[in-house]
Amino acid sequence: MARWGLRGTALLYLGLMIVLPTVVVVARGFGSGVSAFRDALTTPGAQEAIVLTVVLAAVTALINVVFGTELAYVLVRYRFPGRRLLSTIVDIPFAIPTLVTGVMLRALYGPISPVGAFLGQHGIQVIFAQLGILLALLFVTLPLVVRAVQPVLLELDETEEEAARVLGASRWLTFRRVVFPKLRPGIVAGGLLAFARALGEFGAVVIVSGNIIGKTLTAPVLITQLINGGKPEDAAAVATLLFGLSFVLVLVTERLLATGRKETS
Amino acid sequence: MSTELRTPRLSGSARRLLVHGGFTAIAILYVAVLVVAPLIGIAWAALRGGLSTWTATLSQPDVVHAYVLTGIITAITVVVSSVLGVVVALVVARDRFPGRSLMSAFVDLPLAVSPVIVGVMAVLLFGRGGWFEPWFSARGIQILFALPSMVLVTMFICIPFVIREVVPVLQELGVSEEEAASTLGASSWQTFLRVTLKNIRWGLLYGIALTTARAIGEIGAVLIVSGSITGKTETATLYILRAFDQNHDASGYVVALTLALVSIALLVGIEVFKRREERKLRT
Repeated sequence: MARWGLRGTALLYLGLMIVLPTVVVVARGFGSGVSAFRDALTTPGAQEAIVLTVVLAAVTALINVVFGTELAYVLVRYRFPGRRLLSTIVDIPFAIPTLVTGVMLRALYGPISPVGAFLGQHGIQVIFAQLGILLALLFVTLPLVVRAVQPVLLELDETEEEAARVLGASRWLTFRRVVFPKLRPGIVAGGLLAFARALGEFGAVVIVSGNIIGKTLTAPVLITQLINGGKPEDAAAVATLLFGLSFVLVLVTERLLATGRKETS
Repeated sequence: MSTELRTPRLSGSARRLLVHGGFTAIAILYVAVLVVAPLIGIAWAALRGGLSTWTATLSQPDVVHAYVLTGIITAITVVVSSVLGVVVALVVARDRFPGRSLMSAFVDLPLAVSPVIVGVMAVLLFGRGGWFEPWFSARGIQILFALPSMVLVTMFICIPFVIREVVPVLQELGVSEEEAASTLGASSWQTFLRVTLKNIRWGLLYGIALTTARAIGEIGAVLIVSGSITGKTETATLYILRAFDQNHDASGYVVALTLALVSIALLVGIEVFKRREERKLRT
């Protein structure tokens, strides 16, 4: 009795809150067939916005996969003063409102700050440029990669590495042949999560991007502009496209994490 | 043979120190440039105007209203998503039925979907021509451009946090303690309150902290469904967005810094509590 009550409540909650809206978007998006996508792509600026969003998200994921894995490794394996503080700071992007992230970058790199003024004199523009968007996306997605790799590293058995070292393998060879293969599912999952998150990021981007069509206008910002401009159909089409991408990414990530779990257990 | 091995070993400890130091330095530098520098930037920008900017900003009725609205939305979201989140976590961790793995995939969905898309979903459901629009408008209930839709989209986005923190704790706990409690005559409600809830409290609290932070900071979805009407449906984040649009940057920095401080305080507070509890368990 109690079990059915719990099960029913859980199903009803998730069904109404998540499944239903998802079905609506898919039904509305794919209901009108391929033409909706053609419409979405012919909306002024849409094509450029989608390409820019995908490219920036990919670059973000790549950079953070490298530095995120390195950070996770340092946090798990090395002991140094300030390690806990570093670990807490890595979580800060989870807590800080995304819009505030954008405001922070604007404060640091905007023309009013000494840093922004200095960079400006040397011809480097961050705010209202793609570099600013990239920094915002890197900030927001950093913990995703670190926290995906860290648990895998913690569970790794160090004796295998020691064995490789004793047998004469160099540090780099040991990492490549022994550590990396075990970390790969975690790294890929973290990278995909970062990519998906970067695709949809709005708050951190809107305030630093300046939203110049074809240059700094990303797809999520375009969607809000279309809604505000009274074009919900176009907005829905672009949203469906973005949604389809994220949905596929989630499925792939789930699969990877599931196989990763099976391998370690 | 033995000398060949010894030579790299001797210089090895020095090299290891160099490698460790180098990698640690890279890690610290990356976090410092990416995360810490912008934090310093906003603190500088918000404090630069002095006390008068703060009093002028925080005494504006629009700002006060925005804070209150954010507080209301956050409170409702936290209560609903922690109560129902614990229910879902119990089902995901304990119950076995076909479609359970699909269920946990759906739990993670809001993490990957852009908040902007969540806003569009709400417009498709409740906007003109939406599935539920006739029913609600016939009863005169305003959903879009009003509190209900703002709460709904924030709830959607915050669903995963409590569930994802509580499920692993439940899985690790197992059911033996609960079985012991019920064998000793505790009712299922007593068992839940005294045993289950007590055991999951740190995971739950962490999930609540993440939910709170996310709800306070929500912007994309809320921007689409609220219409951002000043003094009515303008949350703290929407106020910041407007402040920068209208070149009131100083006020924008002040409100942004207050939100950042609240979020960081939440995060650090939970970390400290967690550590203290871990220490207690060890001794």
